[in-house]
Amino acid sequence: MSRARFIIPLAVFALLVVVLGIGIKQSPDKDLIPSPLIGKPAPDFSLPSLTDPSQRVSSAQLRGHWYLFNVWGTWCGSCRMEHDMLLKIKESGVIPLVGLDWKDDRSDALSFLKDAGDPYQSIAVDHDGSEAIMWGVYGAPETFLVNPQGIVVYKFIGPITDQAWQEQFLPRLPLSAPPSTASSS
Amino acid sequence: MIPELGQFALILAMLLAALQAFFGILGPALKRDRWMAAVTPAVSGQVVMVATSMACLVASFVANDFSVAYVAENSNSALPLFYRVAAVWGSHSGSLILWIFLLACWSLAAAIGISRLPKPFASRVLGVLGLISFGFLLYTLATSNPFLRLDPPWPDGEDLNPILQDPGLAGHPPILYTGYVGLAVAFAFAGAAMLEGRLDRDWARWTRPWTTAAWAFLTCGIALGSWWAYYTLGWGGFWFWDPVENASFMPWLMATALIHSLAVTEKRGLFKSWTLLLAVLAFSLSLVGTFLVRSGVLVSVHSFAASPTRGMFILAFLIVMIGGALALYAWRAPLLKSEAGFELTARESFLLFNNILLVTACATVFAGTMAPLISSALNLGKLSVGPPYFNPTFLLSMLPLLALLSVGIHARWKRGNLSDRARPLALTLMAAAVIGCGVVFGLFTGGRVLSPVGIALGVWIILSSLLDPIDRLRRHITIPRAVLGMTLAHIGLGIFVISITSVEAFTAERDVALGQGSTAQLGAYEFRFEGIQPIEGPNYSGVGGTVIVTRHGAPVAVMHPEKREYWVQHTVTTASSIKMYYTTNILVALGQDLGDGHWSLRLQVRPLVAFIWLAAFIMATGGMLAISDRRYRLARAEAAAVSPVVAVTRGEA
Repeated sequence: MSRARFIIPLAVFALLVVVLGIGIKQSPDKDLIPSPLIGKPAPDFSLPSLTDPSQRVSSAQLRGHWYLFNVWGTWCGSCRMEHDMLLKIKESGVIPLVGLDWKDDRSDALSFLKDAGDPYQSIAVDHDGSEAIMWGVYGAPETFLVNPQGIVVYKFIGPITDQAWQEQFLPRLPLSAPPSTASSS
Repeated sequence: MIPELGQFALILAMLLAALQAFFGILGPALKRDRWMAAVTPAVSGQVVMVATSMACLVASFVANDFSVAYVAENSNSALPLFYRVAAVWGSHSGSLILWIFLLACWSLAAAIGISRLPKPFASRVLGVLGLISFGFLLYTLATSNPFLRLDPPWPDGEDLNPILQDPGLAGHPPILYTGYVGLAVAFAFAGAAMLEGRLDRDWARWTRPWTTAAWAFLTCGIALGSWWAYYTLGWGGFWFWDPVENASFMPWLMATALIHSLAVTEKRGLFKSWTLLLAVLAFSLSLVGTFLVRSGVLVSVHSFAASPTRGMFILAFLIVMIGGALALYAWRAPLLKSEAGFELTARESFLLFNNILLVTACATVFAGTMAPLISSALNLGKLSVGPPYFNPTFLLSMLPLLALLSVGIHARWKRGNLSDRARPLALTLMAAAVIGCGVVFGLFTGGRVLSPVGIALGVWIILSSLLDPIDRLRRHITIPRAVLGMTLAHIGLGIFVISITSVEAFTAERDVALGQGSTAQLGAYEFRFEGIQPIEGPNYSGVGGTVIVTRHGAPVAVMHPEKREYWVQHTVTTASSIKMYYTTNILVALGQDLGDGHWSLRLQVRPLVAFIWLAAFIMATGGMLAISDRRYRLARAEAAAVSPVVAVTRGEA
């Protein structure tokens, strides 16, 4: 018995390793780390627009409206998976989407949107990823729900699914828009 | 040519680290004197190679060699020279090189510092350090090589992340890492003792200065990071309990516990296996922390950005180092016997409580940091952990710790009799309570329930710490530097507690929209917005505002908050303006242009906030003062006289 207690630290560490191991294996479950931004003001930003680099997309323009801030890139497979859902959200007209084109090539992004359709109201360019740092982005896609006061209400990690849209996003919106318009597939 | 030289040096360093580990650990085990003799040269060689590699990376940055991928991603030709050097540790790969470089420096210092200790012990310490170096070098070369080339080279670099372009942050990583890595020395001492299967009071005396030095650096590093967050992030916060901060705070809590438990082991030959465990855990947490920060296990969980191989490599390394040490602990620690017992009110008891409370505090921080990860790994759903969890749980173990401290420093070793100190302790406690209530209810109105308690505890710690030195001075007894250092560190803690209480209770802040010439009131202070001018920096441009602060009509300060846009990354950063007015910090941060010449501004008045960081530096200075105590230098001279004998007897055994 007296020897046994000296094994406790090793046993605890073994448990920790198992947890970390599962964590690494279990990448599909991405909604792990709650954003420290929730309940706080979204970062101030003013970035060049993807569609027209002479224009800027800034947080100031977005004050007073609900919007979804969606971090994406053409290099990111999950973002392409998510794309149809984003188009549906746009169609539903429930909330505008603001894109952050993250660490991407401009011509790739433009040609992708031309082919696949553009769900965004405006798209800010974050060529080197520094804006994503301000938002605490771990990996694309990530979507932030921002309220008219500019406060981050919710953060979703990974591609938005029909289910997530229904269960996570819509209940957080004060709008009475019928949810079925976006989710009928 | 230079990057290739750097990479070659890194490979050689890895081979030398392998030799250092091999000879250092197997030499004493197989009793090969010539193997042990090879350890120190291997350390020296490794240091030279690592320094060469580091110099090559610095040279690539200074020369704007954008054919090196890491330089191209983290620098720019317009970046000032100072930041081009600091950019070396601006991102993952380079920060690993810094880590390895600092570990090499500590190894060299250890090799010199312990050269007079018994040979087998010294080579085991260096052997364990070699093992750590080897792991990090292998990791860097295999997954995070900073010397990889680009073909074709980029015309110019992508620039250093603008929020890192700041003197505070340039200095924060090297100092913090020096602390992190310094704990490796304590870990190596523990490893050597466990490999030897022997731990005596001399061991504790040898280990103490190294641990205290690492702790002092860690203290400064954390304080610098918090100071940086306060003045660059633009909203005046200084501690957010985010995983990265916790990663540096947990080793600090463990190291603080270790310093105190080492004192018991040295003075009384007690707590041996506990001290060993703390030494192992302190560095283990700093290993976990280093990875969480940069490439992190947490980040690898979202294996979009970081490759899964990186995460698996880290996990394997943690298993070998931490798992190995804890397995060794489970095997060897039961053999260690305590030399004596002690009474309930003896100093040993107080230090035991100190350890229990510090480790509990560390465990609660650890639980809060890992909870989201654990709950998700076990499919228990999402979990959000923030200040509402951390603040109360942390206070729960800190409040009794602070209260016990004032009494504990007056307790004697072995036999508990506090009666001769009861009177001054009661008097100081009363004085502290009066000051605490006076400040909260008299000077200010309001505050929180715990505010008078916090201020009283802080004042009591300071007054109680001063009792013994004043007593000694009165009786013309010289105060040893170790005691002086301890006193200073405890006074620093007292100041820290007072200032953090005051900041929590008396901070006033407002977000206002002001046009040119209009004013806003915050407490006794009046802020007048004088308008905006364009500004120009070496690699940024932007706007600077002027705000004139007055108090009851008397001028206080002229503030120049800025909003900078860095050209390369098009990133807008907020450079808030901070001025000290007596003991109060006034902060003005420039928000957004609201049109019509109106700007949003954040105004903040924080009493005593600067003393939080000052207190940390006082604590660190106390630690450094304690290291310079005569005892440790004597210890080395004694060991010099003893070591040949020990070497012979061990050789015969």
